[in-house]
Amino acid sequence: MTRIAAAHAAIPHDSAQLHVTGRARYVDDLPEPQGCLHAAVGQSKRAHARIVRMDLSRVAAAPGVVAVLTGADIPGSNQIGPVLLDEPALAQHTVEYAGQAMFAVAATSYQAARKAVLLADIAYEDLPAAIHLEDALQQDLDLLPPHRMGRGEPDAAIARAPHVLTGRFRHGGQDHFYLEGQIALAVPTDDGGFDIHSSTQHPTEVQHVVARCVGVLDAQVRVECRRMGGGFGGKETQANQIAAIAAVLAQKTGRAVKFRLDRDVDMTLTGKRHDFLIDYQVGFDDEGRIQGILFDQAARGGCSADLTGAIADRAMFHADNAYYFPHVLIRSRRMKTHTVSNTAFRGFGGPQGMIGIEEVIDEIARHLGRDPLDVRKANFYGPAPRNLTPYHMEVEDFVLPEMLAELEESSDYRARRDAIARWNEDSPILKRGLALTPVKFGISFTTSHLNQAGALIQLYTDGSVLLNHGGTEMGQGLYVKVQQVVAEELQIPTSQIRITAADTSKVPNTSATAASSGTDMNGMAAQAAARVLKERLIAFAAGKYGLPPHRIVFQDGQVLLGERPISLRELAKEAWMARVQLSATGFYATPKIHYDREKASGRPFFYFAYGAACCEAVIDTLTGENRILRADILHDVGRSLNPAIDLGQIEGAFVQGMGWLTTEELWWTKEGQLGSHAPSTYKIPCASDLPKDFRVRIWESGRNREPSVHRSKAVGEPPFMLAIAAFQAIKDAVAAAAPGRGSPRLDAPATPERVLFAVKELRSRRAQPVELPTAAE
Amino acid sequence: MDVLRFSVNGEMVDVAGLHPTTTLLQYLREHRHLTGTKEGCAEGDCGACTVVVSDLVDGEPRWRAVNACILFLPTLHGREVLTVEGLASPSRPLHPIQQAFVDYHASQCGFCTPGFVMALAGQQLDRTHAEHLMPEDVLAGNLCRCTGYRPILEAAAAAGPVEARPATVGPAGHEMLDFRGGGGRFRAPRSSDELAACLAETPGATLLAGGTDVGLWVTKGLQDLDDIIWTGACDDLRQIAVTETDLRIGAAVRLYDAHPILGEERPELGELIRRFACVQIRQTGTVVGNVMNASPIGDGSPAFLALDASLVLRRGDERRTVPLSEFFLAYRKTALQPGEFAEGLVVPRPVDGEVFKAMKLSKRFDQDISAVMGAFRLVLRDGVVAQARLAFGGLAAIPKRALASEQALSGRPLTAATVESACDALGRDFQPIDDVRASAAYRSEAAQNMLRRLFHEVTRPGLAARVHDLEVAA
Repeated sequence: MTRIAAAHAAIPHDSAQLHVTGRARYVDDLPEPQGCLHAAVGQSKRAHARIVRMDLSRVAAAPGVVAVLTGADIPGSNQIGPVLLDEPALAQHTVEYAGQAMFAVAATSYQAARKAVLLADIAYEDLPAAIHLEDALQQDLDLLPPHRMGRGEPDAAIARAPHVLTGRFRHGGQDHFYLEGQIALAVPTDDGGFDIHSSTQHPTEVQHVVARCVGVLDAQVRVECRRMGGGFGGKETQANQIAAIAAVLAQKTGRAVKFRLDRDVDMTLTGKRHDFLIDYQVGFDDEGRIQGILFDQAARGGCSADLTGAIADRAMFHADNAYYFPHVLIRSRRMKTHTVSNTAFRGFGGPQGMIGIEEVIDEIARHLGRDPLDVRKANFYGPAPRNLTPYHMEVEDFVLPEMLAELEESSDYRARRDAIARWNEDSPILKRGLALTPVKFGISFTTSHLNQAGALIQLYTDGSVLLNHGGTEMGQGLYVKVQQVVAEELQIPTSQIRITAADTSKVPNTSATAASSGTDMNGMAAQAAARVLKERLIAFAAGKYGLPPHRIVFQDGQVLLGERPISLRELAKEAWMARVQLSATGFYATPKIHYDREKASGRPFFYFAYGAACCEAVIDTLTGENRILRADILHDVGRSLNPAIDLGQIEGAFVQGMGWLTTEELWWTKEGQLGSHAPSTYKIPCASDLPKDFRVRIWESGRNREPSVHRSKAVGEPPFMLAIAAFQAIKDAVAAAAPGRGSPRLDAPATPERVLFAVKELRSRRAQPVELPTAAE
Repeated sequence: MDVLRFSVNGEMVDVAGLHPTTTLLQYLREHRHLTGTKEGCAEGDCGACTVVVSDLVDGEPRWRAVNACILFLPTLHGREVLTVEGLASPSRPLHPIQQAFVDYHASQCGFCTPGFVMALAGQQLDRTHAEHLMPEDVLAGNLCRCTGYRPILEAAAAAGPVEARPATVGPAGHEMLDFRGGGGRFRAPRSSDELAACLAETPGATLLAGGTDVGLWVTKGLQDLDDIIWTGACDDLRQIAVTETDLRIGAAVRLYDAHPILGEERPELGELIRRFACVQIRQTGTVVGNVMNASPIGDGSPAFLALDASLVLRRGDERRTVPLSEFFLAYRKTALQPGEFAEGLVVPRPVDGEVFKAMKLSKRFDQDISAVMGAFRLVLRDGVVAQARLAFGGLAAIPKRALASEQALSGRPLTAATVESACDALGRDFQPIDDVRASAAYRSEAAQNMLRRLFHEVTRPGLAARVHDLEVAA
């Protein structure tokens, strides 16, 4: 008899049929409770100001308005911050960014609520504002204490090095642009509690924040999320405020309240990826091998702490990417600006740290006149002592040399490098560029206690199974993967397992579905629950049928009692008759990890995920327009739990990363108004931005050397950083616009404007000889 | 008249009591509880709300994929609406497009998916020139943040053709629609004469063409528009007349319908229209409406300025012809008089020796608003510039000709030196500003480089000069 091979099967997303028919329900699609009201918020027009007067009488009198709410009216605590209590749900006394919520209304319709909030009479007294990261640095406005991490004596090593480069690189932030905007529906229950439907990656935190704001016990708040229309980190903490305001208004009116942000409000009210300014000093030898390196990372944190501490830490953890630093110091500052609080976004600081070192490597290569790929390889982690990260963790599973060799060959890197050089000679206006960059990304929450998950499995007497766990579904395919794990364990078809919404009343005290850890942790917890249930049934059957436990085998939709197969349905029924419990919980805590933040030392990551991308770009030297012509990707997902889902994550992350580094630009006026607040002004990639030649492969040899769920690897975030190859390819094309003039200065995102000015600046330089390797003869 | 009548997924519905600026999306979601159609942006930029609507042309339905989020309900009167819920049938639970999306793993979070499915359905049902569009053109107006588009494009290519869909709705009565509901009024005159009469009666009414801009006044600006006159039912304004010397584009001609005719005559104009927003917007937005809203960053105006087009303006029975170069006065201010409306746009046809180039610069290549838009028409005689008309968008408060630069070219041989003097002259023509789309410095620099590119393209045909014309292999 064969086994059901549910793990590793490329089956469709569990909701695929619901998606394509429009039957998949998101929060705004749920039938509204009788008398449901609609909320809207009044937003600050100033970046930093004292609120001198806030007269809401016209708002209250507007048609349809049932309730008006200010920060002072919030019965519990007016605090929504996830880590520090430094962020009000509704601003009181002062505002700290343009767009900040100052008051809320509940009205009989969505339109009535939106119109009413425009009627407020507010007087401000402006205070000095830091809009740009540079402003905050000039004013020494630190949001959180600086942090440092390092090893050895970098200053001395740099001083000894044959070559030294210093430089500065900056990159922009990013709006999540999940297609479904933030939304919550709060329904008061008859016992003073609340049922909340929230589009959130972190139902437990929504539960805590709602309870805190309304002033009730956690147990009185139930938060449910069946699916989100995209999350990408933007619904890790940013859903808190939406649900809290809906709940307080629901409490105040005694009616259900739905709070849905329209796109402009979503983009001006809620947080974005941190932009960074990175200064570096690096010493290296003639091969480009780094001897010592100093990084100064400055992150825009916005007006409140949110998750900035952990995000800036992760940027430090990824300042090495795939490279060994004999001597290193990474300093990090987390700056306060009078702009919306920056928050989690796919990669969580990883991309910000990683692009810094990829820039440095590229600069080294151009300085030496070497191929950047060779310099990358020369700096790779290797056997001890070249296996130690700046945070003293040993890299035990370094598979990049193998992967890179494979991709270098399959992408035909060397031949194309030559062909492009020849093509550029004959093309005065258009120039092409090529780059191949690796990714090494640490998997685990670096806040170690968050690495825990729970699951609940219920077997019914007809043999069907109901599955619940703490993870949330935002499109990444978590639910189908966990379903596959349970199907594999119980040897039943996935169709026999019903997936249910994340619900704080079923699995409590969950962590956010974040850090790419959803499947790793919830899959293991669900597997554990399934095993508990299975073992209970085996013990029962062994007793009843007088067989040793190992003769009871779950296989191919049946249970073998020795030679005799019976259905799970029959076994469940018999067990129930014998008063055996048919529900089970499972729990998982990631092993091995520990980290001492004070010493910046430990093993924060269970393992690393790897990947590499080779991109070819073309730029127009007259306009700066650019395009990625071809991308070859090889990515390591361990042993894939579901290759179809994993491929989707790799491709989607790469294109999203491309957007971050090319067309997506957040733009503030000098007064601090966000000018890019809708898809008309903020441009995420569209269908024609996909590279015409796009070759994406899951690395066949991938296995997780750690005992992860079915030896798979996390895949949500790591491939995002493959897009650094796209940026570096554009930079390579800029360099081709004026050979012999040194390395171009190009910051991200590589908009047409930045590319054009990089070309112009490069061409304005005097021709300079490339520094040749020392062996002249 | 206080009832609107149209069909939703084959079922006739009567609508009364709603304000005329109620959007089709609001109606579907809030009143019909058809929640498969989503709101992603409420400005026609993301495609999550895409539905397919029909016009009846000679008794045959003509299907158009449109953005329901900015479509006012009365414009549906007498038409048919097909939503994602109506695509499948009892005998076929998944439409071939839907099946392909499942097979190719083309949905992740699923929120954008119904919009993609309907954009493709609209293309399949449309029997006009949709077959000339590539899948990425058909889907330029649909944003997906999860998949990276590869599986969507593969599903689009794999989904087999579907059978034609018969009309389930007949022509809408014989009287002019004059709908009142929720305190608002909406009239849909059926001819230029009726339109002139309506406007004479209420000169202060809002004139609505495609509504791809006016829609946002409501969904984003939260304006109350209580008296609307729509041009979309004026059959005589939905024609393009071709004469020996001119193309006469009626005021209600949609960009999508004008695309093949304009593109055949001047391929660069065709490419500009292909990049004009997206199919959904072009299926509602009109050529003339884009000119009349006088946006300094509209795509059409610079092109038509360079082509020396004129507007035919009408009030009552009086008509006058105003050259476009005299129409734009100041930011969003035009020579249009109260009570006056545009009947059409007159575009001269190409002459011997004409070179026409349209160059649009934007952060994203497709479906973006230009940072700088340049349109250039030269007439060359024996290497000498006999005529030069250069027009730009994005460089001033209005779409504007570069008169000094034109002068620097006119009557001179087309040489690098001539072009450089024209570039210098641009500094006298324009003092652009910084905004979200680009800095003033970039705008100035790029505008000059457009003239340099014009020179390269005229003097060295065959030279690769645009990143999107490039073949992939080096």
